[in-house]
Amino acid sequence: MIRLENLTKLYGSFVAVDDITLTVERGELFAFLGPNGAGKTTTLRMIAGILRPNGGRVLIGDDDVHRNPLAAKQRLGFIPDRPFVYEKLTGAEFLRFVAGLYGQEGDAVERRIAELLEVFELMSWRDELVEAYSHGMRQKLIISSALIHRPACIVVDEPMVGLDPKAARLLKDIFRQFVGRGGTVLMSTHTLEVAEVMCDRIAIIQHGKIAACGTMDELRRQTAAGNVSLEELFLRLTGGVQARELAEVLGETS
Amino acid sequence: MQPTLWLVIEPKWRTALQRIREERARGLGRPLALALVAATFWLGAYGILYRILKYFRGVEELGPLLAGKLLGLVLLSFISILVLSNVVTALSSFFLARDLDLLVSAPVDWLRLYLSKLGETLLHSSWMVALTAVPILTAYGVIYHGGWVFAPYAVLTMFPLLLLPAVVGTAITLVLVNIFPARRTRDLLSIIALGAAGGVVLLFRLIRPERLARPEGFRNLLDFITVLRTPTSPFLPSEWATQAIMSDLRGAFDPLPLALLWTTAAAFVTVGALLHRALFAPGYTKAQEGAERFVRGGFWRWTVGALLGPLPVAKREFVLKDIKLFFRDTTQWSQLILLGVLVVVYLFNIKALPLHRGEDVGFFYVTLVSFLNLGLAGFVLASIAARFIFPAVSLEGRHMWLLRSSPLDLRTLLWSKYWIGTLPLLILALLLTGSTNVLLEVRPFMMVVGLVTICALTFAISAMALGFGALYPQFETENAAQIPTSFGGLVFMMATITLLGAVIVALWQAVYAYVRAVYVHQPVVVDSGMIFWFAIAAGICAAATAIPLWVGLRKMESFEF
Repeated sequence: MIRLENLTKLYGSFVAVDDITLTVERGELFAFLGPNGAGKTTTLRMIAGILRPNGGRVLIGDDDVHRNPLAAKQRLGFIPDRPFVYEKLTGAEFLRFVAGLYGQEGDAVERRIAELLEVFELMSWRDELVEAYSHGMRQKLIISSALIHRPACIVVDEPMVGLDPKAARLLKDIFRQFVGRGGTVLMSTHTLEVAEVMCDRIAIIQHGKIAACGTMDELRRQTAAGNVSLEELFLRLTGGVQARELAEVLGETS
Repeated sequence: MQPTLWLVIEPKWRTALQRIREERARGLGRPLALALVAATFWLGAYGILYRILKYFRGVEELGPLLAGKLLGLVLLSFISILVLSNVVTALSSFFLARDLDLLVSAPVDWLRLYLSKLGETLLHSSWMVALTAVPILTAYGVIYHGGWVFAPYAVLTMFPLLLLPAVVGTAITLVLVNIFPARRTRDLLSIIALGAAGGVVLLFRLIRPERLARPEGFRNLLDFITVLRTPTSPFLPSEWATQAIMSDLRGAFDPLPLALLWTTAAAFVTVGALLHRALFAPGYTKAQEGAERFVRGGFWRWTVGALLGPLPVAKREFVLKDIKLFFRDTTQWSQLILLGVLVVVYLFNIKALPLHRGEDVGFFYVTLVSFLNLGLAGFVLASIAARFIFPAVSLEGRHMWLLRSSPLDLRTLLWSKYWIGTLPLLILALLLTGSTNVLLEVRPFMMVVGLVTICALTFAISAMALGFGALYPQFETENAAQIPTSFGGLVFMMATITLLGAVIVALWQAVYAYVRAVYVHQPVVVDSGMIFWFAIAAGICAAATAIPLWVGLRKMESFEF
């Protein structure tokens, strides 16, 4: 379970995340949506313990990420949107290193590495330096690294970027199975179809605040929008309808 | 319509301006410290050269010849360094820079691209040499009464001298990239740079500049004058620049050398541009190719990994990771070869000191050299720590998402970085101090003092490098070699020099008591006075170890990404 309580983050005088309170339950796949610069990535990085909040707290299970970081992070797998990987390690070495960071080693880790590389079709690349991997392969490796220590919660920022359709489908299946076994997934995405189809609940964030939160039906009720798609809901909540009209004007060729 | 050359260059210019604005916003501390260091360096270089040239000026007939020869050697060393520097810089600016995708995909023609990137290469690789030349040429101008006109004249002479190595270095890189993929070329360049550095050392050994300072080594005066009059090579631009400057300073202005410099530079730029037109496109395509290197087997796992067996898994994996990254990056480990060469030269110089000639003063000088050698060895260790340990925290910056989101304790990270840096440094420190002391034939007292002190200094220097590296991180810099030249690197070197000075001053009292006892043939007694000074030195080293590590840890805990 992931719980955010009055989470706030300031960059100077700019309020990036404004007093967010949210709970993602066990066995739940939760989507975090919002326009660019709304505060999604900042929120996820605070959950992962990379950024310190100016106010409020983040709980992973019962552990506060910033007061009891080691225990909280043991349960967490984080997949960032722009991951940098050690270029001079091989894929297998990178996964072994990440397992080591979580205090895991031995045959169990070696089996897990083999399983993950097999699932993501990286087995033939296991002994090749990461610098030779394509963007999509790196993304698969990062996802593997987030799963290597069998976390209870996964926090993922834009998981589908760079993945081929097969890998994207695989990831969706993995996440569904993961929550089916009692895991928690909190993901930020711009792929609204994915969020609509896959996620149990959705939060839409705008200017650092949660504009709406709930299941698709709850979101429709909250916005009194009728039986519309998530895309339509999103545009209504984030002011994108006007932008769409403007885009139509700009899109006219001379 | 083609974009103007200025438009292509403008983003770099605006970025530089923005950096200056950001520096200004941080306050005056940094610019003042930098100005102080630069002024000290300039005044030091100017002062030394002023004295030398003043001495030369006092020597009739030979004086101007010696001054010209000295300038020729300095300029030759400049262009040697610049060719190497430009080869490496051109690889980044022409083939690996992030703005290339934008520029190459935009309708920018080959000549504008070449000129803008050549300018970028020239600026990045030559600014330090250009700044170094300022006090040198100023000293020449002052001693030989060049007047104010000499300043623009010197700029007019130096510009083509800086431009020529940039064109040559760029052309070499262009050819190399067409033969090897750029990512391999970077590895290859390290080896080439090493070979070339060795070549420069060899060149200077062949020229033997030190014999010019010892004219008694020549059979007669005529031989000496002949060597002085003969140009090192009539085809070297450094020689033309020397002639241009010296002819002007002697009041016998000769336009030929200056014309040679400018026409050659213009011709080289033209040929370089044509070469760029022919080879850039295929080279840039090759630069996109991956390295495709398989790493099989678990050499490090079975060797170092086995040795580290008793450590907790997180520490062990962290140390293993750092060792693998170091040895798989040719730009990192190849510098160790250069280091080895420097150590040999260092030991050779100590061996060449004329200390053991049987005079009574031998003991005093041996002890003095052995003692002062601690400071020199400490400085060498600080330079190595600046290159290899100082960037350690910065280099983790891009991977901090992983380290900070994992349950890795930052103390573990710092611990691993500290020992990975300290152990090799300690071995080198003991090797340097032990070998020099053996070569100097020092007595056991000085041997023990030397070895214990250098161990304590190594622990402190390593901790300071890591601590200052955390205090002044450079997360955006990809090239580890550029990190030590940052403001933080400068502060670290200044702090280390202060540490070395403090330790040497503290130990001096103890060593002085020892020398006095031996000199008057009394037994050497380690009394309370000596112990007091040893304790002071130990205290300084302990504080210089603990405080930077503690401060570095606090700073790392506050990092946000």
